[in-house]
Amino acid sequence: METILKAFNIVKWFGDRDNKMYALKEISLEAHYKEILFIIGPSGSGKTTLLSVISGILRPNEGTVIVKDRNIWEMNGDELTSFRLNNIGFVFQDYHLFPKLTSAENVAIPLILKKISWDDSIKKALKYLEIVGLGGKGELPPYKLSGGEQQRVAIARAIVSEPDLIIFDEPTASLDGETGRQIISFVKSNLLNESRTIIIVTHDARIYEFADRIIHMEDGKIKQSDEWKGDMYEK
Amino acid sequence: MLKSAKKAAGYIKSSVINLAGMRGLFRIALKLLVNDKGKFLTIIIGVTFAVFLMNQMTSMFAGILESSVSSVANVGAQMWVMDPSVETVANSIPLPDYVLDYVRSIKGVKFAEPIYFGGGLVKLNSGKYQYATIIGLDDTSLFGRPVIIDGNIKNIYESHAFIALKDANYNLLDSPPIGTTFEVNDYRGVIVALAKTATPSSGLFGIPTLYTTYSRATQDLPNTRYVMSYVILDPKKKTDIPYIERKVGDLGYLALTQDDFESKIKNYYIYKTSMGMNIGLMTLISFIVGLSIAGQTFYAFVLENMEKFGALKAIGAQKKELIYMLLFQASVVSFIGYGFGILLSSMMIAFAKLRVPNYVAMVNYTSLTIAFFMVLLIAGFSSYLGIRKVLKIEPFDIFRG
Ligand SMILES: Nc1ncnc2c1ncn2[C@@H]1O[C@H](COP(=O)(O)OP(=O)(O)O)[C@@H](O)[C@H]1O
Ligand SMILES: [Mg+2]
Repeated sequence: METILKAFNIVKWFGDRDNKMYALKEISLEAHYKEILFIIGPSGSGKTTLLSVISGILRPNEGTVIVKDRNIWEMNGDELTSFRLNNIGFVFQDYHLFPKLTSAENVAIPLILKKISWDDSIKKALKYLEIVGLGGKGELPPYKLSGGEQQRVAIARAIVSEPDLIIFDEPTASLDGETGRQIISFVKSNLLNESRTIIIVTHDARIYEFADRIIHMEDGKIKQSDEWKGDMYEK
Repeated sequence: MLKSAKKAAGYIKSSVINLAGMRGLFRIALKLLVNDKGKFLTIIIGVTFAVFLMNQMTSMFAGILESSVSSVANVGAQMWVMDPSVETVANSIPLPDYVLDYVRSIKGVKFAEPIYFGGGLVKLNSGKYQYATIIGLDDTSLFGRPVIIDGNIKNIYESHAFIALKDANYNLLDSPPIGTTFEVNDYRGVIVALAKTATPSSGLFGIPTLYTTYSRATQDLPNTRYVMSYVILDPKKKTDIPYIERKVGDLGYLALTQDDFESKIKNYYIYKTSMGMNIGLMTLISFIVGLSIAGQTFYAFVLENMEKFGALKAIGAQKKELIYMLLFQASVVSFIGYGFGILLSSMMIAFAKLRVPNYVAMVNYTSLTIAFFMVLLIAGFSSYLGIRKVLKIEPFDIFRG
């Protein structure tokens, strides 16, 4: 299996030198193409911190992160920013859509950041809104959409530039159970392909079944890492 | 040297290309701003208000200053000789006669003549009294004469002749046509010609102007003093000016070019009366009020979108792209506000001039420029606050929610 991401011995602490609070304690992991990897664990176990370190958003104190054969924490700031733009799609828990822009404009932002022309960006954004099942809603501002629909807009924004790695942080936390399941099911059956990896951080047990592999964190460490097999974790 | 120049050129080139590529982001920035209608309007109103007030103040002051030198401009002599303590043209200090002879004897003086500046109380036919500036022109040369628009300058030699200056204060004499009779200090006068001003502005404090001959002004008019107010002269060549200034200085008097005399008068109003200070303060206050309205609202706008800007950072917006977006937004509101503010104050001044012909405000490049720089400061300050905030935000904090 080809790996898209390798992390070795990641250490991350917060606070000052004399009063370190370790959020990640020597974590290593791998992610492969065509896999949907879940990172689960109780609140405060370090999931978001880990996600940020491996996606080039938060610099670790120790350790190495290789994404698509690039050592991302050796890049300079601008390089890393454009690396994220070109290779990683983000879906945030609170969506973070601009309320004063239309859905299509929100989705088009990564393309506009890539200096693609306005018209082409909007055209492609509309196509991706259709892919996530929001055809015809491109002109609406996000606040006129339901929570699930807003999440889909955020997903469309994350995939519009066709990144190889898509990262979700607690994607279902603000959704009701059924909507959450629908969305993750959609993600799994429509967005995963040969050249793509999806990493989902969650502690929502109702969606564990969509995982190919699950990494279980606790207290800044990986407690377990398994292929998904039926009732592995209590729901 | 060459290397760093090349580097700078490369940098400019790359940022120009960048800006072209930023078109889409600017469009996003504009939509974010304009679609937030409440804040957008508040910021524009703030800037408009500040620009309006600032421009109003500075235009008014410019008008006052321009008016304060209009008599000097009307006389149009290249140089003026005066007592060193003279501060404005109307408050002249008498010169002894030998000054005229002395000035005439200076090498480089083409010709020099006396001129009288004084006041007279005019009794109009309506029975109304009106104070007027009386200017007495040298009898033979009429040096310093105004441009005649009706009648003939020679008519000034007729008995009791006066020429009225048709400026914004002309109506205070009941707009007398040629042939109108009146009394000045109980002396009979008759209007024989009308003159126009050399500058668009008129004398300060709503005082009309009458020209007559030097001898009539100093000898025939009761209550005027038989004295010379200034010696006005033209040098042979511009290069003679410093020498003339020095020679007049040797005698203990002051010789100034027209420009220098005008600056001296303006400086008097700017620095020695409370007018300059008050206008300056009002301008500053308008600036601060506008700055705080616009700055605060813009800051609130940035704060409201802070998390989204953080999300943009995570997605892959470069810092400088975010900075450009904010600068662009601040510039847009500032320039719109500037336009509205200038428009508003120009309209206001034009309207006021319709109602009050001698309203002194004038919009000039100086006041436009002052307001423009103030607006740049407002835009700079507002975006500075926002930029600092946006640069500080960590995408990680966005992730953590
Ligand atoms: N910026 C920060 N400053 C201090 N402590 C932090 C910061 N971010 C995270 N932490 C701490 O690190 C630990 C892991 O946090 P996080 O990765 O957000 O956990 P999770 O996403 O699993 O809930 C927590 O104890 C949290 O309080
Ligand atoms: Mg978390």
